Order: sequence, then C-alpha cells, then structure tokens
Amino acid sequence: MMRHLISAADLTRDEAIRILDTAEEMARVADRPIKKLPALRGRTICNLFFEDSTRTRISFEAAEKRLSADVINFAAKGSSVSKGESLKDTAQTLEAMGVDAVVIRHGASGAPYRLATSGWIDAPVVNAGDGTHQHPTQALLDAFTMRRRLVGPDAGIGRDLAGRRITVVGDILHSRVARSNVDLLHTLGAEVTLVAPPTLVPVGVGAWPCEVAYDLDAVLPKSDAVMMLRVQRERMNAAFFPTEREYSRRYGLDADRMARMPDHAIVMHPGPMVRGMEITAEVADSDRCTVVEQVAAGVSVRMAVLYLLLGGNESDTAHPRTEEK
Amino acid sequence: MSKTLIRGARLLGGDVRDVLVDGAQIAAVGTGLPAEGAEVVEAEGRILLPGLVDLHTHLREPGREDSETVLTGTRAAASGGYTAVFAMANTFPVADTAGVVEQVYRLGKESGYCDVQPIGAVTVGLEGRQLAELGAMHDSAAGVTVFSDDGKCVDDAVIMRRALEYVKAFGGVIAQHAQEPRLTEGAQMNEGVVSAELGLGGWPAVAEESIIARDVLLAEHVGSRVHICHLSTAGSVEIVRWAKSRGIDVTAEVTPHHLLLTDELVRSYNPVYKVNPPLRTERDVRALREALADGTIDIVATDHAPHPHEDKDCEWAAAAMGMVGLETALSVVQQTMVDTGLLDWAGVADRMSFAPARIGGARGHGRPVSAGEPANLTLVDPAYRGAVDPAGFASRSRNTPYEGRELPGRVTHTFLRGRATLMDGKLA
Repeated sequence: MMRHLISAADLTRDEAIRILDTAEEMARVADRPIKKLPALRGRTICNLFFEDSTRTRISFEAAEKRLSADVINFAAKGSSVSKGESLKDTAQTLEAMGVDAVVIRHGASGAPYRLATSGWIDAPVVNAGDGTHQHPTQALLDAFTMRRRLVGPDAGIGRDLAGRRITVVGDILHSRVARSNVDLLHTLGAEVTLVAPPTLVPVGVGAWPCEVAYDLDAVLPKSDAVMMLRVQRERMNAAFFPTEREYSRRYGLDADRMARMPDHAIVMHPGPMVRGMEITAEVADSDRCTVVEQVAAGVSVRMAVLYLLLGGNESDTAHPRTEEK
Repeated sequence: MSKTLIRGARLLGGDVRDVLVDGAQIAAVGTGLPAEGAEVVEAEGRILLPGLVDLHTHLREPGREDSETVLTGTRAAASGGYTAVFAMANTFPVADTAGVVEQVYRLGKESGYCDVQPIGAVTVGLEGRQLAELGAMHDSAAGVTVFSDDGKCVDDAVIMRRALEYVKAFGGVIAQHAQEPRLTEGAQMNEGVVSAELGLGGWPAVAEESIIARDVLLAEHVGSRVHICHLSTAGSVEIVRWAKSRGIDVTAEVTPHHLLLTDELVRSYNPVYKVNPPLRTERDVRALREALADGTIDIVATDHAPHPHEDKDCEWAAAAMGMVGLETALSVVQQTMVDTGLLDWAGVADRMSFAPARIGGARGHGRPVSAGEPANLTLVDPAYRGAVDPAGFASRSRNTPYEGRELPGRVTHTFLRGRATLMDGKLA
C-alpha cells in the first residue's frame, strides 16, 4: 500500500481494487447494530480543512470514528496566507501533537502534495480535495458505486470496470472530481467521455486518457453511467456560458435525456446538486440516480483508505511507519 | 592605481592574449606583455569577456530589503560576472520619481561592486493609468533611459502608445512586460498539458504574444523603439522575427531559465519553479535558443527576482513568482547555447554585454576588449563543472531552481573599471 493518497493517478489497478474490496468489507460494518471496528484505536487523525466542505468532512469523520480513531477537526478557514500562518507551520504543529494521519482539504492545487513531500511532516497524508487538481476518495467512491451497480454479482469483488462506458458532464475545467475520475476509471479499464461546452474543457485535455465530446445527446445512448458535475452559476459571469438556461438546455440532464440512456445505465452526481441547472428534480429523485448510495459509499471507501494507510496491514513490512509503531 | 596582467586568456573565446589593466583602463592587449609591477592572473584555458550587463535585475531596495539590497544584489552580480545591472522599478515605493531613482543610483555607487542603472516606471505606481515623470527621471542624476512597469504590463494601448512616443524626446526606451491581464487572471503556470493535469490556472502563450504583436505595431506606427522583456514563447519569437524583418525597431530579451527549464518541473508543485512569465514547453525552449542564436532575440537578461524563503516554502498558489539568476546566468547560457554549439563565446559577449549595454545605453560597458577601453572584464573557466549550492550565493535570497543541478563554467574574476570585484571566485 502506498504511503499517502494524493492523486487517483498514483493508484495502480491492483491497489485500487484492493481499496474497493476493502471498502466492501467496511460497508458490511454499516449494516451491523454497532457500526464500529477497533482497527485504529489509539490513533489520532486530523481533518485539516482549509476550505469549507461539510459533506466531505463529515464523511471522513464518520469513517474515522467507525474505525475507532481519535478525531481532531481543524477548520482553518481561508488560505494559509490570509490566516497568517503558513501551511508548513500548521502541519508541524499537528505533527508535534502526535497526529498519526492528516486528511487535508485545501483550495490550492498541490497543497496536499507539498504537505506530503516537503519534509514538513512524517504522517501519511490523505487528499480530501485540492483546488482544481484531485479528489481521489471521491473517484474511489464513484468507482465503488459503479462497480456495485454495473459489474456485480457480489458487488464485483476483485474486479475492475473494464469496458464500462462512463460519461462525465459539466465543468471539467474547474473540477477535481473529473480529473480524479478520469485517472481512476482509466486505470480500472473503463472508457471515459467528457462532455462540456468547450469553454469548460481545459486546454491540454488531449493528453488525458479519455474522449471529449460537445454533444450530450449523441453520447447518452452509449453510456453505462452518466456523472453530472455541479456547475456554479458564477461561471456565466466569466463568460464560460451565456446563461443558466442555455447551459441547462444544452448540457443539463432532464427526463427526456435520461430516456435516451440504456435501461441499465445510472445517473451519478458528487453533490451538492444544483437542481434545475445541471440536473432536474425528476432525474435527481429517480431510481437511476445514485447520489445517496454514493454518500454511503464515501464512508466505506474512506474507512478502507485510512485502514490501509494506517497499518490495517501489519504484515506489510514495506510500510516503515507500521514497523516503528 | 594598481596594474593587473591577465595572462593567456582566450579573448572572447578566440585568440590567446595577455591583457594589461592599468588603473581603470585596459592599457594593452598583446602577447608576452611584461608583468613588472602588475599583479598577474594566470588565465590559461579561460575565456575573457567584456563585463556582463544585465538589463533586467530586481534589487528590491527600497522596500524589500529582506530579500535583497542594492549591496547584496550587486555582490551577487559581481559573483556572476556582471559589471552593470539595470534595476527594475517595482520597489516600495515604486521607482516612479526622480527621488527614488536617484536613491537607487546612489546606493549602487556606494556598493562599488557593480554599476547600477535604475529603470524608471512607465506609469505612476505601476498602475498603468498615468505616465510617471519620465523626463524628470531622465534628467535626474540617475540619467534613466529605460522605462518599465515590469511585473505588470502596460496593457492600456493608449498609455503604451504615448509612452513610446514621449521617450523619443530623450532617446528613451520602453521595456514591456508583455502579459495581457484579463487572459492571465488567476494564472499560475503555462497553460497546456501540464496545467490541465495539475489543476493550476493556465497562463496562455497568447497573453504574451498578443501584447507583443500590438506593441511592435504601435512602435512602428509612432516610429519608436520598444524592448520586450523576458520573451518566453515560440509564438513571441515569430512575431519579433516578423517585426524585425519589417524594419520595426524592436529588441527582445530571454532569461536563462526560459532557455533551460520547462513546465514539466511544475509537477513537483515546488514554487521554486514559479515564475513570471511561466516556464513553457520544450518546443518553446528550442525556439528561444534558436532565436537567441540567430539574433531575433538580442540579449540574455536574468530577471533576477529574489524572494525570502517563506515566500517559496508554501503551497504553489500562495508562493511569490520569480527566481534568482545573477549567479547562475552565464553557466546556464554556456550549457544551453555554447556547449550545444548554438553560440560561440563571441556571441555570448554580444548577447550578455555588447547588446544589453547598447539597448540600455550603459556608458563604459559592453565595450571591446582593447587598449584604451574601460577595464570592465569577466574571466570564465569554461571547463569547471559543479553542482549549484545556494548556500554559497552572495544574494540575500536562495530561490534558485538549480539547487543541486550540475552546471558548466564558473566566473573566476570580475573587474569593474580595473578593480577586481571578484578574485578567484571570491568577492573582493
């Protein structure tokens, strides 16, 4: 198992499947009357959130608590600069307090990578979303959900997503969810198509292991899963698209469009949804929409990641921290 | 004053000659010159160049003395073989009045390591709205001829046009930092494959190229000359080449780091690679080297930009832009231009001394190495190989992208008007 989880691109196929399989085991804990494992008893995990994100933070917190870890929530609102204290000093403060792992959400792309590689701290770092770069646990929970729905039986244990056609729609340019999903889904053998207005696709996307299309209707019939990304209304002020209505008409998912999808195909969304913008209420509330399952999967996947990173794997001597402890 | 005999150096990389320095001047250039009464510098195997001239240095004083002062910056310059530097105007306060440029000029005189020629701001406070008193800065003791809002672009076309026209009255030149501001809002690195992957705001090449295209056309229209700072893209090269072929009076500079480094390095998220303009692609690097070789780009300028450690020891987005460069410039040019066969040492003398002195009007600098000329000289050992160790820098700042990287060549001696400011690699 790797030392940190910074980018979905860092995961090999086997590592990703191992996390997903472990997450399936963790998911069973949620079905028990007492939803708790003793695996990380006595370990302290800090959720270091430089950006507001209630959903992701509670998901990690639930995962940590179910593994019996001690949890410290550090909400460092705003950037390190505006706060006055540097990321380095904050990190070293946590290290001095004996934190065993840091889960970090930061508005600056690359901040978790810097935290993990600059010699500031020794603890494993889990990226809970950095700028417009990566959100690897989101990609893992999405893959977990897809595997359950599209691969089965037995929730696809031990298997990847080979040949599954996944369409990601929306603000690709500003989306860490899109980047993480492209990386992980490619590793797992899926075929990814990104759909967005050209203004919301990054220059340089040609190097990504996926297709890019501008016509949603043409792609829908060939999709096993359609992932709708949140589109912030403010984007239209920077001329990424003319109006909300026009965006909705061309790239939003409504019931008519959903009907073009194959019967088995699912609709996904990382949340929070902007109903009426990228997705209509009818679609969001339909049986094909997996938003709620994705939230549940998030806890299982984060349990798996923390368990594997923090020596839930004592036999693995390649993990020096495990030996020290 | 004392005499120095530099014995057996290759003049501009050509013939082996002795050079006798007497007082502030070169007394004789020849073979077998007598050593009596002179301190002898054995220079066999070394290259003797005219003292290097940097048209683009940030000395940070006044205002950011925590990162550099005129004294530490000129010591760094002497270490790197420079005898004259042009100090950029983006200080605190901005060098937009005769008072500030005279202060910088005086501090340079007092340092004694390197001549400091202040650059004046084009607009008040670098804000791009109102012309600074360009004439007053020119008429001051500092005698400013180069004006630049560097760090910011003079993006208003009318202000740029007026500035280009106005300085004609006293032979001034506007040095443009070409960066269309709207296209670079939130920009963090070159826009392309790497920015797409890293999720860092893209800095498109067109933001530079569109301003250069506009400004060469403006210069043509009003019959002025314009200088382009730190040109960084293949497209910019094409525009400058076109402008020169059309007879437009444009000159351009490239930094050492844009001749060597690419945006692939940003994958480390290490802000030591964060710079304005950003590191570009391999294709751009190739185009810049070729353009410097064929003269489309006239000069190498360091854009030496010192920053304190804390401004780089942080996450990418929070970090300051810029790199120190005075002490590594010649080595990088040797590696990228000389050792690759693109440019000979005479070419290096042109791009790093003659041409920048000519563009900036640095009197007494960028002169031929011959009898009667001011003894501003740089002696280089091109065979030296060593890893860059920032701990040895004379600059107050250490934000170099070359730490630990092996670079060729080393400046062993620098002479400013006959006085050794650097002797055997040590500052005098």
